[in-house]
Amino acid sequence: MSAILPPAVGGSAAPTDPAIETGGGTGLWKDAFLRLRRNPQAIAGAVIIGLFLLVALLAPILAPYGGNELPGRTEITPTTIPGPGEIGGYPLGLDRFGGDLLSKLIWGAQASLLIGVVSTALGLAGGMLLGVLAGGFGGWVDNVIMRFVDILLSVPNLLLAVSIAAILGQSPYAIMIAIGVSQIPIFARLLRSSMLSQRGSDYILAAQTLGLSRGTITMSHLLPNSMGPVIVQATLTLATAVIDAAALSFLGLGGGLPQAAEWGRMLTYAQAELSIAPQLAFLPGACIAITALGFTLLGESLREALDPKTRQK
Amino acid sequence: MLRVIGKRIALLIPTLFGLSVLLFLWVRSLPGGPATALLGEKATPEAVARVNELYGFDRPLLTQYFTYIGKLLQGDFGVSINTGRPVLEEFATRFPATVELTIVALIFAIGIGVPLGYAAARHYGRFVDHSSVVLSLIGITVPVFFLAFIFKYLFAIQWSILPPDGRQNPRINATHFTDFYVLDGLLTGEWDAAWDAFLHLILPGLALGTIPLAIIVRITRASVLETQNADYVRTARAKGLLERTIRGRFILRNAMLPVVTTIGLQLGLLISGAVLTETVFAFNGIGRFLRDAIFGLDYPVLQGFIIFIAILYAIINLLVDISYSIIDPRVRVQ
Amino acid sequence: MSTRDTSVRRFHLTRKRAALTAGISIGALLMTGCVQSQREEGAGAEGSGEAVNSTFVFAASSDPKSLDPAFASDGESFRVSRQIFEGLVGVEKGTADPAPLLAESWETSEDGLATTFQLKEGVKFHDGTDFNAEAVCFNFDRWYNWTGLQQAETVSYYYNSLFRGFKDQPDEAVYESCEANGDNEVTVNLAKPFAGFVPALSLPAFAMQSPTALEEFKADEIGGSEESPKLSEYALGNPVGTGPFKFESWDVGQQLELSSFEDYWGEKGQITETIFRIIDDPQARRQALEAGTIDGYDLVAPADVQSLKDGGYNVVARDPFTILYLGFNHKVEQLADPLVREAIAHAIDKEALVAQTLPEGTEVATQFIPDVVDGYNEDVTTYDFDPERAKELLAEAGYPDGFEVQFNYPTNVSRPYMPTPEQVFTNLQAQLADVGITVTPSPAAWSPDYLDQVQGTEDHGLHLLGWTGDYNDTDNFIGVFFGQQKPEFGFDNPELFAALDEARGMTDREEQTKAYEEINEQIAEFIPAIPLAHPAPSLAFNERVTSYPASPVNDEVFSEIELSK
Repeated sequence: MSAILPPAVGGSAAPTDPAIETGGGTGLWKDAFLRLRRNPQAIAGAVIIGLFLLVALLAPILAPYGGNELPGRTEITPTTIPGPGEIGGYPLGLDRFGGDLLSKLIWGAQASLLIGVVSTALGLAGGMLLGVLAGGFGGWVDNVIMRFVDILLSVPNLLLAVSIAAILGQSPYAIMIAIGVSQIPIFARLLRSSMLSQRGSDYILAAQTLGLSRGTITMSHLLPNSMGPVIVQATLTLATAVIDAAALSFLGLGGGLPQAAEWGRMLTYAQAELSIAPQLAFLPGACIAITALGFTLLGESLREALDPKTRQK
Repeated sequence: MLRVIGKRIALLIPTLFGLSVLLFLWVRSLPGGPATALLGEKATPEAVARVNELYGFDRPLLTQYFTYIGKLLQGDFGVSINTGRPVLEEFATRFPATVELTIVALIFAIGIGVPLGYAAARHYGRFVDHSSVVLSLIGITVPVFFLAFIFKYLFAIQWSILPPDGRQNPRINATHFTDFYVLDGLLTGEWDAAWDAFLHLILPGLALGTIPLAIIVRITRASVLETQNADYVRTARAKGLLERTIRGRFILRNAMLPVVTTIGLQLGLLISGAVLTETVFAFNGIGRFLRDAIFGLDYPVLQGFIIFIAILYAIINLLVDISYSIIDPRVRVQ
Repeated sequence: MSTRDTSVRRFHLTRKRAALTAGISIGALLMTGCVQSQREEGAGAEGSGEAVNSTFVFAASSDPKSLDPAFASDGESFRVSRQIFEGLVGVEKGTADPAPLLAESWETSEDGLATTFQLKEGVKFHDGTDFNAEAVCFNFDRWYNWTGLQQAETVSYYYNSLFRGFKDQPDEAVYESCEANGDNEVTVNLAKPFAGFVPALSLPAFAMQSPTALEEFKADEIGGSEESPKLSEYALGNPVGTGPFKFESWDVGQQLELSSFEDYWGEKGQITETIFRIIDDPQARRQALEAGTIDGYDLVAPADVQSLKDGGYNVVARDPFTILYLGFNHKVEQLADPLVREAIAHAIDKEALVAQTLPEGTEVATQFIPDVVDGYNEDVTTYDFDPERAKELLAEAGYPDGFEVQFNYPTNVSRPYMPTPEQVFTNLQAQLADVGITVTPSPAAWSPDYLDQVQGTEDHGLHLLGWTGDYNDTDNFIGVFFGQQKPEFGFDNPELFAALDEARGMTDREEQTKAYEEINEQIAEFIPAIPLAHPAPSLAFNERVTSYPASPVNDEVFSEIELSK
């Protein structure tokens, strides 16, 4: 599901002309930021993400009820679910379990943020470890690691996540770990190819002639200069994590309370009530789509801004 | 060329071996076991123990692994625990369904994605560009099962213009030879059957196609952007070649290279998507079968499938490389 | 399909050769004369009824596991086999009680060991052979003589659980021998009394199958090897019975077709062709009905009942023959305390649970059997909904502030007795919270995870489970639940186990009924679990289906369906 960025192609976005070896906030990154500010797609993405973050962080203040609370438990029957505005106090109506839909949508932002951040961090950390080992050492280490990554890549991403979730059992953390781990091969592949493209460059050769150790070169020169595509991918992964979480939930994995305020979960359960309460499906569905769109737009724009090929124009 | 293929196969063997070990360990590390899956509410501890003994699940892992590999090398993928039929036979009947579905999805994704990406690049930075990118992104940011659900709800239930599930109307009495239903209908001259099978492919195909669509748009756009500023294009312009010729012969053709790669690499994505779309549309393909296998702990099916996919993946990668040399005469497979 | 040799060779093909081969195979396909329509002209369209479309399409939730009912135990297998096969004993319409079918009458000896059946005359199997006393004995002996893998519970569940043993363990076996007295009379001798013998024969697993076909298609040859048991040729595509429909084709994962049997002894009905369409997603079944691709489906989601009725569809509810209960793991410290169990019984408002989460027609349960089953105790001890009393009891038990306990429930599953487990769970969770009991949710995928955890391990606290009865037999409910020490409940109550064991072996029906009434009271006082409800599963049909023979034990033969167009 999630490889928005095909690994083989992504490597091309590596900066080929690292004027500023120390990374830092000038030059490449500053330039990228300036370019982002002029890009309407990037602005749209940033606005969406800003709103999303605001709602997620202020959920305790904004939401009338707690995410797992069931204030309207006695108002529902198997065949009726009060819709928007039908009962006072619940502006968007109730859900199947008697929860307040508005509150759940608000708390859902927080859940999505958590899933996105945790799983992306996991994928990033694992991928960087493998990528650095492979790209930094080369040789047989590279070979073994990349074979392993190939094996993982040959398993369709969602199936990989499902398999991991199946081993870990039903818990919200299982989902985050599953999504995160399934992203590791992509990050590893990306970082390695980005590092490889840097290895022959003059500044690395210079560092080598200066007698710097392999570790120093890898960690303080190669790695910082290879991070561009990885950061782009991380932004995109924030989007796919939210979507993948919904897919896993649809396939019956997830854990926790059934009434948990999580968009994917809400969307999944709502399908049985589509005929009597379509808003239960459409609103969480829209939230997922909009949030994912925000992260994707920003990630895409960032990639473009960092890409030296489009930079020159 | 032959040597390249040989080398690829040599590389495939350790991958497959590693995969088979990982797979075996993974499957055995799943909680529960096939015995409970088979027995349902009726599983008493004694019954479970007896079934495990009969099926050999209580033997040491290493013994189980070698039995498995031994059989695999003889082309025996085992028998599905859930259906009691040989795994290969199960794949053979379901694979054509997923292939048909994937073809429709790709036709849709390429048919829309390439022109959209091209238009975006031509009008870089303008409204067309932004809207085409956003449009294509909406395709992937809406969860595919939800999109499938909306399609079904609107087209099949509300407006009743397309069938909601399955591969063919159960009331149509069709003959099947190849299990590619559309092809079967065409070969036998049962036009109504072919048409009906095709109609059944549209909704799941559209839903599935939205996944690669966004990627194709993006890659096409980036790739056209790059080539249209390339030196040889400038040279061609300077020589006064017709704009149409330049666009067709130079830009589009060269820009297609990464697009082809990308499409080849979408396989895993499409299979993941197929698990979801086939579930929503009760479409009897590999995806749905696989989902049942995961939840039913159907060891032989899972093991067989992943091996099969890895081989397929390698073949597709090879085909992608070969197609390079056709599209781009500069690339020779070495 | 591909042996090692061919698969390796395939990689060495050059592109040109590969293309050539592909070309040849497509050419061959086009040329072979076999590529022509195999349609039978007008099949299905014409039939007995003039104005009626005699093809009936029913959505099944999965493929049958096997077409040989003796080797099946799942509902979808039996749904199909009920059309193809008939047993000696049938089911009284709309009830769970035995009725004559292939046997017109029977008589059991004083000691309960010998039962003599008078068989219906002139009955033929689909393959043209006669159904007679010899065929009956062939079937009984077939079951009795099973060995090895055939004896596994996954393979022959019902024979195992009801007839207990096979020829190679004669000490346990309930069955002893079968004698044919002429063509139409047969005596079955049991080794020990079994009061449920005749009702048990109404189970589809004990339907009569054609001896000729069983032998010809090697029905007992299952599995080439131990770790990969394979269905027999018979079970895959050659089932032969005496029922109103005969097998036509099975396109796995897609559909299964039956056609009307011309020489059927009884009423053939309006339907000449039955198609079981496999649609696993419940929501997709509903949509298929709305789109008109199917005529009906089973287990309608409670939320859909009203809207389907409003849409002009016929919704048929079965009489509940189910039980949904809240299980306790007595190995958990708090739950081992009878006061706590009583407190929980008082904490649960069953009426509210039924009204808010279960389908129309569901009855609140006071005990673990539905009221139509023998041994139902009208005067059983009940625990009224009384949260105050519950809190008092908790305080008395030493938990004035309540306690925390694990609550297991399954996800993504719909059972006849539990259409929406997640909703039942949330409802109970909220009710328990009101008296101070906090639950830790522990969801798991239904099969195998959930069942494994709840039935096979001690890793659970409260849990949801239930049962759909197979036939009118008390032991089939409470004997299954509380007949022995099980990890599911974890209690050891020798008195109860002994009482159940004794009742099972009683030959006198009245005495047995009385014994079961007492046992039900005993259970109610012990509270090993809380009976919640008897949910009523519903089916939905297209408006053209004017009558459907709904049965509490799913004994639904499609020849009895009435269509209006």
